[in-house]
Amino acid sequence: MDQELITDLYRQMLRIRRFEEEAARLYTERKIGGFLHLYIGEEAVAVGAASVMEPQDYVMTAYRCHGHYLARGGSAREGMAELLGKETGCAKGRGGSMHFYDLEKRFMGGWGIVGAQVPLAAGIAFAQNYTDSDAVTLCYLGDGAINIGAFHEGLALSALWRLPVVYVIENNHFAMGTPLEKTAPIDDLSLRALGYPMARDTVDGHDIFAVRSTMHTAIRRAREKKLPTLIEAKTYRYRGHSMADPAKYRTAEEVDQWKARDPIKTLGEKLESLGMTAAKSRIDSEVEAEIQDAVEFAESSAMPDPATALDYVLV
Amino acid sequence: MSVREISIRDALREAMSEEMRRDERVFLVGEEVGGYNGAYKCSRGMQEEFGKKRVIDAPIAECGFSGVGIGAAMVGLRPIVEYMTFNFSLVAIDQIINTAAKARLMSAGQFTLPIVFRGAGGAAFQLGAQHANSFDGFYAYTPGLIVVAPATPYDMKGLLKSSIRDDNPVVFFESELTYGLKGEVPEEEYLVPIGKAEVKRAGTDLTIITWSKNLFLSLEVAEALSAEGVSAEVLDLRTLRPLDTEAVLKSVAKTHRVLVIQEQHEVSSYGAYLSHLIQSEIFDELDAPIGLVSTLEAPMPYSKSLEAVILPSQERCLEAAHRVLEGSR
Repeated sequence: MDQELITDLYRQMLRIRRFEEEAARLYTERKIGGFLHLYIGEEAVAVGAASVMEPQDYVMTAYRCHGHYLARGGSAREGMAELLGKETGCAKGRGGSMHFYDLEKRFMGGWGIVGAQVPLAAGIAFAQNYTDSDAVTLCYLGDGAINIGAFHEGLALSALWRLPVVYVIENNHFAMGTPLEKTAPIDDLSLRALGYPMARDTVDGHDIFAVRSTMHTAIRRAREKKLPTLIEAKTYRYRGHSMADPAKYRTAEEVDQWKARDPIKTLGEKLESLGMTAAKSRIDSEVEAEIQDAVEFAESSAMPDPATALDYVLV
Repeated sequence: MSVREISIRDALREAMSEEMRRDERVFLVGEEVGGYNGAYKCSRGMQEEFGKKRVIDAPIAECGFSGVGIGAAMVGLRPIVEYMTFNFSLVAIDQIINTAAKARLMSAGQFTLPIVFRGAGGAAFQLGAQHANSFDGFYAYTPGLIVVAPATPYDMKGLLKSSIRDDNPVVFFESELTYGLKGEVPEEEYLVPIGKAEVKRAGTDLTIITWSKNLFLSLEVAEALSAEGVSAEVLDLRTLRPLDTEAVLKSVAKTHRVLVIQEQHEVSSYGAYLSHLIQSEIFDELDAPIGLVSTLEAPMPYSKSLEAVILPSQERCLEAAHRVLEGSR
């Protein structure tokens, strides 16, 4: 297996993990306001998908967006600064944790109303057909989004208009504190694709190589055949829904079962088994340095000037 | 300049067609806009001219096709999203308010959203409670949107063209009752600027402030007042957000008396805001409390006799005008 690929996947996942662990710490120090929804545990989905995308492709997601932003090449410095509400943030402190953007990287956000990003992603995909572009749009949503109207309308239009878009339900098994079995009478969430209809797939979201393969197939279908796909990636968040949630609705055993298959741990062990312990250590310390630098950058950056509170309302 | 008389529906079609010829990024999407030529025939013949790629029949999924429009605008297209009526925009309102109006601020200017949401607003003849909503003030509440509510064929065409060229999300209100109304529109191309009110009838004793189809009611009221020897000025706002504050204050400073006529419930309404604005800016210019004629505080009943009571009428407007002229409440 390609060693460069493995080390890069490991690095990207670790970046997200360490970024968010530091964010959690800063949140408890009250340096981050509002809500903070952590992606910890789900990193293999964002990194696996990003690793098979092209530069011209678009990514759109909901409010648990840090991982998708970083995986798409977003800067840790600007991400951390955004969390601290600083002018140097990826949205100049106007967005916050739920609203990261990096248009240059074609990372389109960062949306706070469940399911609302689905028609938006369809619109970006629509524009690719309109302009004869071969860019694909990848849209993430949570398992909590599969019952709301925007999801269904977005999927219906994507199938009807043959839009080059890939929807990825990151099934972390809880819509906030409500377990999946109380919100949908199906185990396989990709079944939602049947009525529109569109192609569907389900993948183990803790297996980054399976994620890559599944995404690759769907992205190719979108790029070459202009057809949408609905993918369910089964995954798990180790933390609560947000920092305010102690996650008492599940057992420690259940969390431990998922952690035993942790994708970062798994890939780290793989590196060691390949005799790449030194390379792994080097990545560990480089990532640590990147994240500490990001924290320092964010903490030392200036807050937005109050005189600019009304900027960016209209063109 | 050669002038002819055309209907509002034709003025709107000309505006859209001219802009689509001018800019390939402009497209029209909505229910019935293509094969059916528009529920109110505002897009007659457009699909034949521009093809199905640019005049797109959408299924009944306002949230979905509004979001598609916004997403397309985020990456550089210039959509016109038609609602058969704005009553149905409520199922898309999350996309309009929580996405379109806020994307620019949340992204600190990374996104530009050149999109127009247009369609009929307000009551028509006996449509019942769910199809008679007037939401212009409702959308005007939201920063990040431009809200346009013209009345005449000339203004409809000129302002729709400006709205399509604008780089902000624009909510553009028409009226089911006036699509057939004819007025003078030049053959030559012209634009009417967003954010500019217009005095539609000059006067000295009282300023009637209005917008959208109540312009026609206001002109009737002014005519009736003129028979009583009262010279009423009629100021047509045309745009609610951004408001042409200067034009409002200028007219009030001239007449010293104000009557606002609006098809909105009074509580939390645009007219109530205007009243606050005027009294806080130029209190000393006022010779009487500001009059406000609004839709009464009930969902619209079906029957003709009840609908007539709920909506602003000439009778209620004249009563209110007399109170303002007498300086009493």
